[in-house]
Amino acid sequence: MSAASWEPVIGLEVHVHLKTDSKLFCRCPVRYGCEPNHQVCPVCLALPGALPVLNRGAVERAVRIGLAVGGNVNAHSVFARKNYFYPDLPKGYQISQYEDPLVSGGGVDIATADEGVRTVPLTRIHMEEDAGKSVHGDWETAGESHMDLNRAGVPLVEIVSEPELRSADEASAFLRALRAILRYTGVSDADMEKGQMRCDVNLSLRRPGSGTLGTRTETKNLNSFRSVEGAIHAEMVRQAEVLDDGGEIVQATMLFDADSGRTQLMRVKENADDYRYFPDPDLISLDLDPAWIAQVREGLPELPGRKRARFQESYELPAGDAQTLIESRALADFFEATVRAHGTARSVANWMLRDVAAVLKEGEGDIEATRLEPGALAALIGLVDAGRVTPQSARDVLRELAEQGGDPEALIRERGLEAVSDSGVLESAADQVLADNPEMAERYRGGETKVLNFLMGQVMKRTQGKASPPLVREILARKLEG
Amino acid sequence: MSEPLGNVSELRAALDAGSVSSLELVESALARARGLDLGALVATRADAAREEASLADARRASGDLRSPLDGIPMALKDNIAAAGEPCGCASRILEGYTSPYDSTAVARLREAGAVVVGRSNMDEFAMGSSTEHSALGPARNPWDPERAPGGSSGGSAALVAAGIVPLALGSDTGGSIRQPAALCGVVGLKPTYGRVSRYGLVAFASSLDQIGPLARTSADAALALGILAGHDPRDSTSLPDPVPDYAAALAGDCTGLTVGLPREYFVEEGVDPGVLGAVRDAVLELEKAGARTREISLPHTRHAVSTYYLVANAEASSNLSRFDGVRYGRRAESDDVGALYRRTRSEGFGPEVKRRILLGTYVLSAGYYDAYYRKAQQVRTLIRRDFETAFEQCDLIATPTTPDTAFRLGERSGDPLRMYLSDIYTVSASLAGIPGLSTPCGLPGGLPAGLQLLAPALGEPVLLRAADAFERRTDWTQRWPGETP
Repeated sequence: MSAASWEPVIGLEVHVHLKTDSKLFCRCPVRYGCEPNHQVCPVCLALPGALPVLNRGAVERAVRIGLAVGGNVNAHSVFARKNYFYPDLPKGYQISQYEDPLVSGGGVDIATADEGVRTVPLTRIHMEEDAGKSVHGDWETAGESHMDLNRAGVPLVEIVSEPELRSADEASAFLRALRAILRYTGVSDADMEKGQMRCDVNLSLRRPGSGTLGTRTETKNLNSFRSVEGAIHAEMVRQAEVLDDGGEIVQATMLFDADSGRTQLMRVKENADDYRYFPDPDLISLDLDPAWIAQVREGLPELPGRKRARFQESYELPAGDAQTLIESRALADFFEATVRAHGTARSVANWMLRDVAAVLKEGEGDIEATRLEPGALAALIGLVDAGRVTPQSARDVLRELAEQGGDPEALIRERGLEAVSDSGVLESAADQVLADNPEMAERYRGGETKVLNFLMGQVMKRTQGKASPPLVREILARKLEG
Repeated sequence: MSEPLGNVSELRAALDAGSVSSLELVESALARARGLDLGALVATRADAAREEASLADARRASGDLRSPLDGIPMALKDNIAAAGEPCGCASRILEGYTSPYDSTAVARLREAGAVVVGRSNMDEFAMGSSTEHSALGPARNPWDPERAPGGSSGGSAALVAAGIVPLALGSDTGGSIRQPAALCGVVGLKPTYGRVSRYGLVAFASSLDQIGPLARTSADAALALGILAGHDPRDSTSLPDPVPDYAAALAGDCTGLTVGLPREYFVEEGVDPGVLGAVRDAVLELEKAGARTREISLPHTRHAVSTYYLVANAEASSNLSRFDGVRYGRRAESDDVGALYRRTRSEGFGPEVKRRILLGTYVLSAGYYDAYYRKAQQVRTLIRRDFETAFEQCDLIATPTTPDTAFRLGERSGDPLRMYLSDIYTVSASLAGIPGLSTPCGLPGGLPAGLQLLAPALGEPVLLRAADAFERRTDWTQRWPGETP
């Protein structure tokens, strides 16, 4: 495709399950993995005569999100019915918010490659109920469809961004930053795998620098970071091909097929869908006391944006590094505890961002899922600083600490990973290397000092990576110059 | 056939005197319902009612009565849910459906010991003014079986008028308690919106629907309201205000009350002269009871019927979406879910319900919402303000309940607009959410006429007091169909 000649304009609609004990409009418990249709009652089954009653706990959580993103929490908002027929929608309408949402505005900070940190503005956040789930027949029961209404009525917020994202990476960064806010505030686990966070992508293309927007499509129900990125790439390619061929984009709803990596047309929106929204007469308007909102605000923890600024300032970290560290509250807390134990923020940050991140990537990606302790990491970095273990060996120790925990010093001793600082051993290894590589020694003496790294590598190899690098460097330099 | 059952006060006296038992009252109700064949009941629960009546008799014997309604037989309109009972709303689409739960109203009646003998006929989903729009066939007016009992709570009104039960629950959205009460010569009370929980009342128009009693006297209606009223955490629109002692409010006179007579309602045009004459006589009687009268104005009344049909049908179109054949009730099987919906709803709903769903869907549609639904809400506010202004000058408002006496079955079914216009006196109080009561005030041409009294929100005590005073000074609540005057 001629990707370079088109600029994508991307907006996201993110649906997030709120972590509450009960559903949005009834007292049914919210738990995952229960037997189908075992968490239902007259209200969420939409039996004749049943009425919704708003769960205040869900409102409190939605308000927390609104405050955390710096949005305007509206003291007056209205629940409205979105009318459409679908088997998983028991009432034939979804209770949502339309003209008067709970939160207007706000923004989410993302780390970008070229700009450091940028705020992506939000349009609105509103509350709504989830639908049930259709379960279609397997090979034994082909042709049958069943409904599981356990999820019907689970509280959601829909967070709508302005169309100010310009790449799949930015969309992904937005979702990560948003997830951080949701987890910091404790309103949701926002686990995409578990369907607690789902995303619709609105995307159009335009000529770079053009002020007008192209026709957009909506790709619905993306449930992993990878599928969001994949859908954006696929839709960019598809739209660019259409436009390059002189065609026009049709306003449509698309589905992303992760197997083929392509987007497919689900249905064309000839006009805007007519959901016949109107205020739900079964519910009174949601009027919040400003004093209560202030109280919720006071109960908020330090939020990601604030924490990032503090990390930049107190630990003298670049914005991108600070943003990465704060995206998980657990990671940020771990970082701070390690800094307290070790003393030097810069070197702890380097270890966290490079080596710890690598270890996490191999596992579940979550610091809390490992057995690594801040004290152990601080001690390990201290041993590296002191030259008692080489960075290379330390990385292996780190992996073991993550898996089993323990004391790094004892582990190093047990595994025989102490850095070799016996000068006799190092002197003879250096002599051997210089004897084996006379041409390198010549080049060094001829002024090509960077070959020292090669020679160091050879010494390290001879000592199975355990040689203390500063010492090796010193010995080699002395021998070459002397 | 057994004798008609009198009012609750009379029955309580007889029960207390031991001259009759609750079980006998239930047997009498069941036998009389069978004998009269008015089409007023769509289901009976004979065995359960007998059992409950016996328990009530035992409580009475041990002096352990739960409430003034303990052991009193009554009926429920078919749109009020009771656990283990059908709740068909007189619709084919709910064929075979049994409610697994009690409405709050029924739970309170059970707690009070009232004995439900059956479910009363109605216009399908409470949409109508004649009880002819019932999938189970029309109910008949005890005063003339060739005439409609009104509606939509026509079955409940007919049961009370015929002395089958002394008390029945109805629901009122635009007049569905008051209009059949008037046409059947009984008392019908629509409480303030939010006074009685709607939990378990199958919704027609959520912002208008209210459950209320149909009774032989306002004193009986006061007893029933005392049990039904009160805040319900299951209904967000239910009012938190404490419930007064309605029976204690019945002072027997109207001294100190000012009754407003809206000039827009007392015009000769469009109203039967016999009905208007009976209502004028009733107003004189209120004056004799101590009330002062004055003319008032409700200028937006002329928009009330159109406003009502926009709001009510819009809400209905959405409320009835849940009847889709997926989870309960009737289903027309199909391999295609779209066809399943279309066929289920085409077969399940009657023509009046379909008409209202279509009208309501239209007024909520993109491009029409502002012109119809939003505009109707604005007019609704004006109508509410009309009443607020009026009630600065009076305590109550008196009007006819209906423009005519009972019409012949079939007479209006081909003319929906004419049928809608018969709600002219009742819909504005529904839109304003204020309480209204109809009490019998005459028999022009041998058919009952109703006096409608309206009060400000939560003004049920004064409403019942005036109606009760009127009933004590006249004998209209003592008349039975078929008796020579």
